[in-house]
Amino acid sequence: MAGGIKKFVVGAFDDEAVLFPAVKNVRKAGYKIHDVYTPFPVHGLDYAMGLRQTSLHTVGFIYAALGTITALGFMSWVFVKDWPMDIGGKPFFALPAWIPITFELTVLFSAVGMVLTFCYLCQLSPFVKKHHFHPRATDDLFIMAIECTEKTNDGEVQQFLQNAGAKEVNVQEAETGWWLGRYDREQKLYREEKGY
Amino acid sequence: MSQQFVLPGSYKKWTIGLIAVGLLAVLYGFIVYHPFAHAGHGQNVNSTHFWAALLQNSVYFLLLVNTAMFFMCITTMAMGGWQIAFRRVMEAVSSAVPVMGVLTLIILMAIVWGGRSDIYHWLDKSAVASDDVLNGKKGFLNPVFYSVFSIVTVFLWWILGKKMRSLSHQTDKGPMDYETGKKWIWNNTVYASLFTVVFTLSVASTLSWFWLMSIDPHWYSTMYSWYTFASTFVAGISLFTIFVVWLKNKGQLEYVNEEHLHDLGKFIFAFSVFWAYLWFSQYMLIWYSNQPEETKYFVERFGTAEKAGPYKAIFFINIIINFLAPLLILMMRGSKRNWTLITFMAVLMVFGHWLDFYQMVMPGTLHEHGSMGLFDFGVACLFIGLIMWSVGRYITRYPLDPKYHPFMKESMIHHT
Repeated sequence: MAGGIKKFVVGAFDDEAVLFPAVKNVRKAGYKIHDVYTPFPVHGLDYAMGLRQTSLHTVGFIYAALGTITALGFMSWVFVKDWPMDIGGKPFFALPAWIPITFELTVLFSAVGMVLTFCYLCQLSPFVKKHHFHPRATDDLFIMAIECTEKTNDGEVQQFLQNAGAKEVNVQEAETGWWLGRYDREQKLYREEKGY
Repeated sequence: MSQQFVLPGSYKKWTIGLIAVGLLAVLYGFIVYHPFAHAGHGQNVNSTHFWAALLQNSVYFLLLVNTAMFFMCITTMAMGGWQIAFRRVMEAVSSAVPVMGVLTLIILMAIVWGGRSDIYHWLDKSAVASDDVLNGKKGFLNPVFYSVFSIVTVFLWWILGKKMRSLSHQTDKGPMDYETGKKWIWNNTVYASLFTVVFTLSVASTLSWFWLMSIDPHWYSTMYSWYTFASTFVAGISLFTIFVVWLKNKGQLEYVNEEHLHDLGKFIFAFSVFWAYLWFSQYMLIWYSNQPEETKYFVERFGTAEKAGPYKAIFFINIIINFLAPLLILMMRGSKRNWTLITFMAVLMVFGHWLDFYQMVMPGTLHEHGSMGLFDFGVACLFIGLIMWSVGRYITRYPLDPKYHPFMKESMIHHT
């Protein structure tokens, strides 16, 4: 697969209060956090990790506009050009009557499109086997995966995580294919942020 | 922020200036427009204009300030915590209800008991007698029922709003322990629910029929009250948002930040869309069924294919300002967190829905003689000035942060 095999140092945390400073310190030390897997949405973790704002809503707007254009375009073609019909003496271009359908298609396009895009961005798809860093990531542990490069001394990283309060630390190798590497999260280095 | 907020001189100047301009406008109208001239349909256009403008402005601004209290009550009932940081601003705006209510009642009573059949056609007894439709509605549309219902409603708004405000002042005494806090929350919720019930039975149904829809007494729309409510709800939220931003600008409201502004922006956005939904539903059903007694309403505004109506421009500007502008501008996250843009949009919404009320009141009263002039804006100045006066009075009297409100912490750490 595209990204090849990569090495990760994985740390498991059991407390949010420990996790947040750990994320902060790991970023300060200059290690690259691949991702943090949590059993539930943790408020503010995206800020702590320095992830950029999602662009899902922009894409939603584009899908919605496409839906509007499709509905209005198709209906005007049908009722004005292809098969004009006199319905209750209304004009062929009966805009008010089309608004509900236009609205529905707008919502449908935007909703379905956003769900599919969301799945793509999260690398969710049928028949794709994902590497789980820790089975308890869906239960009661917060799992932080740190990506290693050739220069990384993984022993040092493990020690670092241990000091940061991780309950379990290990090194894993995982394939970074379509489902791991393609949408690599952009991270700002900590020192580039305001007030550092 | 322990010391009491002091009004800057410019605020006082603006308040006095606006009230003075408004009083001058009303005085001018009183002398030039002959408000007590004969009330026949289309016979004394100027005197009709005088009363119609007063009706439009007084009802609009009264519903606006009352919305602030309604917003506070529904967020209270939903156990919302985020709005506590600016709860005092909503209270301040709603403290204008008594003065606005009395003024509105005086105007409405003058119209009804003065027999202004040019405003409310159903006041013309001989016309009602020879008209099957109006005769059938006589049990509802009559001066006594109208007056009693209006007075009782405004009185209840005032009393229940006052109770909500005094409950809020109880929290200023000091931190509450668990039991007192629980009891206080219960009390607060009960009165909030009572207010909501009264509000819903009035603004979202009967009062809009009385005050506004009965201008066209033959015509009716089941959507009308909700439409009125949506209109005033957006504009009411915008109104207190302006005060929130202004106070924040003056260094008050320590705990209000972009997160709160973001949520207010969301409310303005969402209820603009809701307003458009109701506007369109009303329009489409009438357009579709195409029955003369129903289309009359839009013919008076929009006109027909052959002849454009006198309010066609306002008809379109109404949709552009109140639907397209908030939809496209407030859709982005960044714009909802932008203090300047939200202020601009809030002012635009208050103006836009004023325009909406203009096209609700004027076509049915002035017909083709309608002309928006300095007089209309002058009367609006009077009411805006009165709102500023009431708000100014309230915010200099009470602390602006309800520090010991049990949900205050929730509001401080609010995060969207």
